[in-house]
Amino acid sequence: MFSLAHITQIIHDWLYSSFDPTLALIIECAIVILVAIGIFAVLGLVLVLMERKVAAHIQIRLGPNRVGPGGMFQTVADTLKLIMKEGLTPDLADKFLFNLAPFLVMIVAMLLLAPIAFAKGVQIWDINIGVLYISAVSSLSVIGILMAGWASNNKYSLLGAMRSGAQIVSYELSAGFSILTIVVLTGSLRLSDIIASQENGWWIFKGHIPVIIAFILFIIAATAETNRAPFDLAEAESELTAGFHTEYSGMRFALFFLAEYINIFIVCAIGATLFLGGWMPLHIGGWEGFNHLMDYIPSSFWFIGKTFFLIFLIMWFRWTFPRLRVDQLLNLEWKYLLPISLINLLLVTVIAIMGWYF
Amino acid sequence: MFLKDYITDVYKAVRSLLTGMKKTGYYFVHPSEIITQQYPENRHDLNLPERFRGEVVMSHDENNEHACTGCTACELACPNGTIKIITKFDITPEGKKKKAIDTFIYHLELCTMCNLCVQACPTDAIKMSQKFEHSVYDRSRLTKKLNQPGSKIREGVE
Repeated sequence: MFSLAHITQIIHDWLYSSFDPTLALIIECAIVILVAIGIFAVLGLVLVLMERKVAAHIQIRLGPNRVGPGGMFQTVADTLKLIMKEGLTPDLADKFLFNLAPFLVMIVAMLLLAPIAFAKGVQIWDINIGVLYISAVSSLSVIGILMAGWASNNKYSLLGAMRSGAQIVSYELSAGFSILTIVVLTGSLRLSDIIASQENGWWIFKGHIPVIIAFILFIIAATAETNRAPFDLAEAESELTAGFHTEYSGMRFALFFLAEYINIFIVCAIGATLFLGGWMPLHIGGWEGFNHLMDYIPSSFWFIGKTFFLIFLIMWFRWTFPRLRVDQLLNLEWKYLLPISLINLLLVTVIAIMGWYF
Repeated sequence: MFLKDYITDVYKAVRSLLTGMKKTGYYFVHPSEIITQQYPENRHDLNLPERFRGEVVMSHDENNEHACTGCTACELACPNGTIKIITKFDITPEGKKKKAIDTFIYHLELCTMCNLCVQACPTDAIKMSQKFEHSVYDRSRLTKKLNQPGSKIREGVE
């Protein structure tokens, strides 16, 4: 049966038998870096095209359809254009911070890739505090955004960056609480343990209504944290031209754009891991035959399928809902999401203590 | 009471959001609803909506007769001087003088397709056509004469 874990194990064994351990480790690191960059590039191209196609069909349009069959190479052409464009730095901008910001945002997105399990046994770094690591590192991206907004020497950029800061700081809370519900149920912060605990059913089915509420809260908070519509106040084309990346052009703009889509992928991957079982096939406790049948679909397909389902959901939100005002945004978090997630966490804790889940 | 309002708020919000998502989800899974026209390819079977307005034309019947009395109502209705009507006096068989149009000048380059002239016309002599490929190399070719050469007013139109 097709398994990525098998391939990685073969490469690992071959490297350690052919080279001395230090060199083998360095080569492995290099391979992982290359694979990560490759995933980034491919994901960026695929997700931007997917967004444009989904948006087009939701708005009863056709979307890009001229470059390549069905517009497949549209994003490749766009990337080529962006590479060839001049990277302009505005007058009186803080040049060092201005150039550093896109890379910082990118590095944060890359760091988040580390604990995600792409398939059975395919995980860059399986640390015991995976969930904590994710929620800690994901909030770092706001520093890059603030840096970009401040260094641009532009009032729109600064306004956008400040809004983004307020937004991410608020929505971290409910995202954290909804992640905590799963941690409470599993009793572990390690992502591989969380996936293993869903062997007899995904948490969204096992955990009754409280986990479904937590899932909805997580999706809302994830949309807000990635600065996407209906929470795209940081960009708000109609008010702030493009928010924090108004002054960026060429490849630096492309990095921001790419980081946005990578962040979407990562939050959706985390959502899929926590609530929909990551790479775990659809298992129903007790149905042995059914479970075996489901195991024949490779685990990487399950992971990609679930993640892309969540990405589609977030795109669906973006092209349906109108943008919130700043006060509405903060009202939603502090008056609705936070109290609901607090009560919800309490409920889940009771369920976990009493063992009322399957 | 506060708690009841709070829960109703949440319920109504979720319901209205789901209503919106249902609509957009319907469009997403129904590609037949797509209204985009791939213009240069489907030039011969364009599917233009009825209310699409391309240019002002004057309809002539098979006897090369139109319904324009030269009342200049359209010229007065036009907000940006697109229409200029030059009138003349015909001599009727009874020997009376009767006002009629000599030339109906239509400046397409000034027209905004607002439809006010068509609404102003008391005899429905002019209408909007759906032709829209108007590009020419010389601006003067956009100034058109709408009444065909040798045409005259239809019998019975006052």
